[in-house]
Amino acid sequence: MIFGGTMLSNGLVFARYSLAEWIQGLLGDRLEMIPEWILFPLLMLAGCLVIIGFITVFALFAIWMERKVSAHMQCRLGPMEVGFHGALQTIADGVKLLGKEDIVPRHADKLLHYLAPIIVFAGVFPLFVVVPFSEKILISDINLGLFFVAAVGAVEVVGVIMAGWASNNKWSLFGAMRAATQLVSYEIPLGLAFLTIILLAGSFSMVDIIHQQEGWLSNWFLFHNPFMPIIFLSFFTASLAECKRAPFDLPEAESELVSGFHTEYSGMKFSIFFLAEYAAMYVVCAIAAVMFLGGWSTGIKPLEAWLADSAGNPMREVLSNTVHLVVIVTKSMFLVFVQMWLRWTLPRIRLDQIMHVCLKVLLPWTMVAMVATSAIELCWPGGNMVLTALTIVIWSIPLLWTLKAILDMTVGIFLKFVPSGR
Amino acid sequence: MTMASMYFDYANVAVFFVFAVVFVILNISVISVILRPTVENDQKDTTYECGEPSVGSSWVRFDMRFYTVALVFLIFDVEVAFLYPWAVVFKDLRGAIGGSATGVFVFLEAAIFLLILFVGLIYVWKRGDLDWVKSSSAQEVDARQRQMIEAKDEVRL
Repeated sequence: MIFGGTMLSNGLVFARYSLAEWIQGLLGDRLEMIPEWILFPLLMLAGCLVIIGFITVFALFAIWMERKVSAHMQCRLGPMEVGFHGALQTIADGVKLLGKEDIVPRHADKLLHYLAPIIVFAGVFPLFVVVPFSEKILISDINLGLFFVAAVGAVEVVGVIMAGWASNNKWSLFGAMRAATQLVSYEIPLGLAFLTIILLAGSFSMVDIIHQQEGWLSNWFLFHNPFMPIIFLSFFTASLAECKRAPFDLPEAESELVSGFHTEYSGMKFSIFFLAEYAAMYVVCAIAAVMFLGGWSTGIKPLEAWLADSAGNPMREVLSNTVHLVVIVTKSMFLVFVQMWLRWTLPRIRLDQIMHVCLKVLLPWTMVAMVATSAIELCWPGGNMVLTALTIVIWSIPLLWTLKAILDMTVGIFLKFVPSGR
Repeated sequence: MTMASMYFDYANVAVFFVFAVVFVILNISVISVILRPTVENDQKDTTYECGEPSVGSSWVRFDMRFYTVALVFLIFDVEVAFLYPWAVVFKDLRGAIGGSATGVFVFLEAAIFLLILFVGLIYVWKRGDLDWVKSSSAQEVDARQRQMIEAKDEVRL
C-alpha cells in the first residue's frame, strides 16, 4: 500500500489531516471497512473540491471587490445593478463567459494555444496544498513548504510564454516576453526573502513557521529585527510582480498591449487565466501572512494560550480553529486589499524601470538584509528585545502617518456636513 | 514526520496537479462546448491587431537583452538554490546562546559565498549590463575594449 499499512491505526499521524479526522468521526469504526486505496484518493479529491470552491468564491468576491475599490478610489460607484451594490455582478459575468465562443486564430499554434491555460492553472492550483487556514484546516503540511512554493510557483511562467508565443500575435508576444523577463527576475528577491524566513524558523514547513511566531505580536517575523521591513517590502513588491499586478502589470497592459499574452483568448480559456491570476493573488498574500504576520496567530498571548488549551474540550478546539481561520483569511484579505489599493494609486512602470527596481534596488538590499539577519540570529539566537522594539518603532512611523492621513480625510468629509459658522 | 505521512503529502500534490488539469480541460472543452455557440466566420479567425490586417508572422527573434536578463537570473537563482540547505540547518548549527564556533564558521561560509556573488553583481552593474538600454559611457567602454582586442589581433597577425 502506497500510503503505508499502519496509516489508519496510527492515530497521531492521522490526526494531522483534518478532513480525514472529520470523516473518521463521521464513520467511526466502519472506517476500517473501506480499503485504503479507495479512502485516501477520495480524501484528496475532497480536498481538491474544497479548494476549487474556495478559489471560485474568492475570485468572485475579489473581482467584485476590485471593481468596488477602484470605483470608490476614483469617486465612482462601480457595479450597482446586479444584486446588492452589484455583489452578483461577477456571477453574471461568469455565466456570460461560459456562453462565449472559443476563438482560436487561424495562424496560431493550436496545441500550445490549448495547453497554455492548463499549464497556468496547474502551476497555481497545487500551491494551495501548502496554504494553511488553521491547525486542522489545511490540505497537508508538506515538510518542504516554502521550497515547494518557490518551485511550483515558477511553473506559471512556462504557461504564460506558451500563451504568448502560440497566439502568433504581436501583442501577445510582447506581453509574453515582458512577463517572462519580469517573472524570472523577481524570483530572486522572492527567493532571498524565503531564505531569510527559513533561516529564522529553521524549517521549510508552513506550520512550523507559524508556530515559531506564536505568542505576543512582537514574535512575528515582521518585527524580528530592523532589517525585516526591508525583507517584507521587497517580498511584497516581488509578489506584486509575480502576480502581474499593477504597477507591474506590463505583461497585460490594457492600454498598450490590448491585454498582453491573453489577447487571443476568449470565453472559458480567458476566464481560466483570470481565475489563475486571482488564485495566485490569494496564495502570495496568504504566504506573506504566514511568513511575516504570524499566520493564524492572533498576536495576543493569553488568548492563544486559552485557545490552545483544548484538552477534553472539543468545542474549544472548534472555536480555536474558527478564530484562526478568520484571523489568517483577514490578514490575507488585508494584503489583497493593499494590492488593489496600490493598483489604483500607482501608474504602470516601464520595463527598464522594472529591471532597475529588481536588480539594482531589491537584490542588493535583500542580500544585505539577509546576511544582517543571519548575523543578528547568530549573536542573539531567537531575537533580541531591543531590536524588536526598534523595529516596532520603525514600522509605527509609516503606520501612524497613514492613520493620520485617513483621519484627516475622515474629518474633512465630516466637516463638509457641519454648517459653517455664519 | 513519518514516511507514511510524507507519501500522503506528496500524493496530495500529484492529485492536485491532475485535478487542476482535468478541471481546466473539463471547463474549456466539455462544459463550455455544450453551452457556447459556434458560428464559423472567416474574419473571426484572423489575428487581432486592432482592425489592421496583420503583416507577417510574429514568430520572430527576440532582443538580445532578454538573454542577458536570463543569464543574470540564472546566476542568482542558482545562488539562492544553493543557500536553501544552508538556511534550513542554520538554526541547528548556530548554537543556543551567543554564537558557537560552528555557528560563526557556518555564517562566514555563507557570507563569503554571498560576497563573491555581490562582487559579480557590482561588476555587471559597472559594465552596464543591468541597464535595459546601455548608457553611452558603458558603450564607450565596450568600444574601447573591442578596439584593444582588434589591436591585439593585428599584432598577432
